[in-house]
Amino acid sequence: MRTYFDEISKIAGNVVTVKADGIGYDELAVITSRHGTSLAQVIRLEDDQVSLQIFGGTEGVSTGDKIRFLGQSFRVPFTDDLLGRVFDGSGQPRDGRPEVKAETVEIGSPAVNPTKRRVPDKMIHTRIPMIDIFNTLVGSQKLPIFSSAGEPYNDLLARVGMQADAEVIILGGMGLRHDDYLTFRHRFDEAGVLGRTIMFIHTAADPVVECLLIPDLALAVGEQYALQGKNVLVLLSDMTSFSDALKEIAITMEQVPSNRGYPGDLYTQLARRYEKAVDFDGAGAMTVLACVTMPGDDVTHPVPDNTGYITEGQLYLRHGRIEPFGSLSRLKQLVNGKTRDDHRDIMNACIQLYAQCDESREKREMGFELSDWDERLIQYGDLFEAKIMNLNLNIQLFDALDECWKILAECFRPEETGIRNAIIQKHWPKKVLQEETTETSKA
Amino acid sequence: MKGRIKAVFGNMVVAQTSDNIIKNAVGYCVRSDGVKLLCEIIRVRGDSADLQIFEETRGLRVGDEVIFEEEMLSASLGPGLLGQIYDGLQNPLPQLAEKVGFFLEPGNYIHALDTERTWDWTPKAKAGDVVQAADTLGSVPESIFEHNIMVPFGWDGQFTVQYIAEPGSYPILKDIAILTDSSGNERKVTMEQSWPVKRPLCVTKRRLLPTTPMVTSVRIVDTMFPIVQGGTYCIPGPFGAGKTVLQQITSRHAHVDIVIITACGERAGEVVDTIREFPQLQDPRTGRSLMERTIIICNTSAMPVAARDASVYTGMTLAEYYRQIGLNVLLLADSTSRWAQAMREISGRLEEIPGEEAFPAYLESRIASFYERAGSIELRDKRIASVTIGGTVSPAGGNFDEPVTQATLKVVGAFHGLSRARSDARRYPAIDPLESWSKYKGIIDSKKVARMNKVLKRGDEIHQMMTVVGEEGTPIEDFTTMLKAEFFDSAYLQQNAFDDVDAATSVDRQKFVFDKLLEVIETDFDFKNKDEARHCMKKISSLFINWNYAPWDESVIPESERQDEKMSKTAHEGKEETERGSFTEILKQIDEYVQSLLDGSKNPESDEKLQETNA
Ligand SMILES: Nc1ncnc2c1ncn2[C@@H]1O[C@H](COP(=O)(O)OP(=O)(O)O)[C@@H](O)[C@H]1O
Ligand SMILES: [Mg+2]
Repeated sequence: MRTYFDEISKIAGNVVTVKADGIGYDELAVITSRHGTSLAQVIRLEDDQVSLQIFGGTEGVSTGDKIRFLGQSFRVPFTDDLLGRVFDGSGQPRDGRPEVKAETVEIGSPAVNPTKRRVPDKMIHTRIPMIDIFNTLVGSQKLPIFSSAGEPYNDLLARVGMQADAEVIILGGMGLRHDDYLTFRHRFDEAGVLGRTIMFIHTAADPVVECLLIPDLALAVGEQYALQGKNVLVLLSDMTSFSDALKEIAITMEQVPSNRGYPGDLYTQLARRYEKAVDFDGAGAMTVLACVTMPGDDVTHPVPDNTGYITEGQLYLRHGRIEPFGSLSRLKQLVNGKTRDDHRDIMNACIQLYAQCDESREKREMGFELSDWDERLIQYGDLFEAKIMNLNLNIQLFDALDECWKILAECFRPEETGIRNAIIQKHWPKKVLQEETTETSKA
Repeated sequence: MKGRIKAVFGNMVVAQTSDNIIKNAVGYCVRSDGVKLLCEIIRVRGDSADLQIFEETRGLRVGDEVIFEEEMLSASLGPGLLGQIYDGLQNPLPQLAEKVGFFLEPGNYIHALDTERTWDWTPKAKAGDVVQAADTLGSVPESIFEHNIMVPFGWDGQFTVQYIAEPGSYPILKDIAILTDSSGNERKVTMEQSWPVKRPLCVTKRRLLPTTPMVTSVRIVDTMFPIVQGGTYCIPGPFGAGKTVLQQITSRHAHVDIVIITACGERAGEVVDTIREFPQLQDPRTGRSLMERTIIICNTSAMPVAARDASVYTGMTLAEYYRQIGLNVLLLADSTSRWAQAMREISGRLEEIPGEEAFPAYLESRIASFYERAGSIELRDKRIASVTIGGTVSPAGGNFDEPVTQATLKVVGAFHGLSRARSDARRYPAIDPLESWSKYKGIIDSKKVARMNKVLKRGDEIHQMMTVVGEEGTPIEDFTTMLKAEFFDSAYLQQNAFDDVDAATSVDRQKFVFDKLLEVIETDFDFKNKDEARHCMKKISSLFINWNYAPWDESVIPESERQDEKMSKTAHEGKEETERGSFTEILKQIDEYVQSLLDGSKNPESDEKLQETNA
């Protein structure tokens, strides 16, 4: 069968249409033009007209260029040689080292049979108190970080990558600034985790379409490690860039947009990636942590909105901190009852008191008179922000819980915390424990 | 009938054929490696058929063969459906896992019903009887039910029973009866039949106006926004507001015979919870495993989109089937928005003229005809049976002013709107008591409910006013009314889904507690000042909350007035009573405390006994 085709009939956006036969849907091809070669993928078949999405972009592609079909859909090599390496959105090395030769696996595998999933039950310790105590990350969870553009979301992602106890870390970068990529690399290197890290990187300077494959590549490799029984952590940044690339292709293909220009299948496209997070019954697990920048800091924007419907909670990053309100780990109750007996009580009490502190601060801003209670709440809020909410902390869960107790004891009497008596008796710092009648409320 | 593929675009294929094309017939696209992918004809134009493929289309080529069947997409119906976990096309997922492992590889189909298992057959009809579609020929026991084997629903006219199998143990494909039609043709009946999922299945004498409350055991639903057997309701809400948890709770505690859970385009993890938990959980009404009254249909968000559309109809058809048997069935769909989005994706591929937010113009009529399949019916033998439908809606940006929510609100009988404000404040279930509505009558006298509603509304008005005039500017009477509304909210409308006792409140208990609340709320307390009002109402509130955690004691109402079905005793009853306090003891404390406020005999501050015992 002929494998070269050169009767290009249409070039529009990042899509090229060529006359060809015997081509499979989703098949991969290579287009060779004056500027070099690029990978391409079949996205539409109609009689003898084959439409391809060109990953390297169509700038400079001519109607005289040649297209060679590879007879298969996109595959990625899978071997331990991937560890420590960096690839681009078409799976080529971008670290100047040779190509990886190994058995390949298909990307975008079918969904996992739900009956082969376990109910997750392993906490992932990130050593960041705002996550460990309040929004506990659970193995196989898919959790996004909703963030406005200026926030240090990549920093946070790198921190989790370095501190989490994962056996394999996979970073998928989409639309990354080159500096961010270098920073990731540098920090992973410094932390000594580079040897168990694989990176698939698309930077803002690369052709837009190339970012489309990044999540699939990262997740396909992660899935293979999980099938081998490993605990895998996949970090994706920024899924908004990925969604924008989807939007671009959809518009080129003249699909009717559903909401702010995004295609009607945005939910499905995102879900097919996020749902790869899994705890296999009888193998390992893959956890997915993703950054989603919110255009205009608007959570009802289609990207964060659709994401929230898919993921198992969300972390809001605002003013350099993880927001205690609105952030939610939907899986936390699967693990936080088994860590330490005071975990849930501290989680609830600290947040409720912090909410009250907010009200007191408002009063202060409005110039109202502050009661002693208000003063202490504000003192608590300041301490809580500095010693618990601070994202630069790197402490164990138990130490973080102890720190919370210390702060509480510094600002309040036991019964003011709303924590039940049994827990107070056991954990309230000894020196300050006074005999008090406690009144707790369930409400 | 055969054809060839002409075009492939996403999950859409255009095929060309010189044979007749039947719209909505199923077919198979044969991939070059021999794998057959199930599809459905969704549009016919000249000699070409537009197909939606229920699988990934990866690898299909122009020129590949398409085989058309004459059948429409159908569900297999017969004994053995209960307890099953199916995908949207009714493939049993545990068996698929055995056959193909971790992943749902395209092109694997397994018969929905076990054809080897045998069932204890008892004939009911006898030779010579004249019967028609849906009449019972005999039955087999399935779970706790008598599963009637009926004359196939699609058979027209009258038949004479020529042969009926002796009692015995048979597999579903055994001919259990032979019927002859009016022209003398013999037709064989097995225990299995099939029905096209997109056609309503309802063989009935007449449809009834549904009036029997369907008890969910969720207080805010049963008391304020009730559902009836054969009715419809929807739960719209932004992400994280508690739609899924509410449905999970309902699927456990609803007073119906059978629950069908359709997980449509949402998280796989949530289905896994149900799959793993239900076999361990006991149905308090029967003492059997909950799984024995449940069927799970799951087409989660990563599974092929076209099958998402099918999953909703498959679930519906199974529900209607058990209704024909004479049972009350609840169909839960989470989320109907994902089904609507599947319609949108397919419509987009068909290049139909889009309506609002690119949804197809027929969105409304599809939603309407889906909910119309609910209903309470009288069967030919006078028994009454029902299908109730509850669907969640996931509106973009949490804004109810969008096509799916609006189309749904037009056709359902009850609206349980979840509010972001309530879920943020952890007021679960986050059903907005001021926005939601129900057209049905519930278990509590509607006049009493109206009285309570007035307090809630007034409380809200006062609260809003207070943000302008401040506490100082609010008269004490108004302030107290607001506190009472807040008390009703926190002690009754809010319910802890994760507590063994509080998660489900029986009918008798709801009536009893509601009456008590109304009594307290309509009592004229003469509070000296706002601090005292706040303090006392908080105390009452915490007493009632404790009460919610105490196991129910039916002895508080006379035997003649009890309505609750007898429950099989569950393990935690009695055992935890000491820890949780006793129902009658707390009732006494409430009465005493309220009395003390009226007498002015006690200074509430020094009342030790009223402090909460558990947190
Ligand atoms: N009735 C409830 N009681 C306690 N917590 C709840 C309740 N409903 C929801 N939640 C909390 O909210 C989270 C999200 O609920 P879920 O039903 O999954 O939301 P949705 O389906 O609307 O996105 C849950 O993980 C749980 O933590
Ligand atoms: Mg949900």
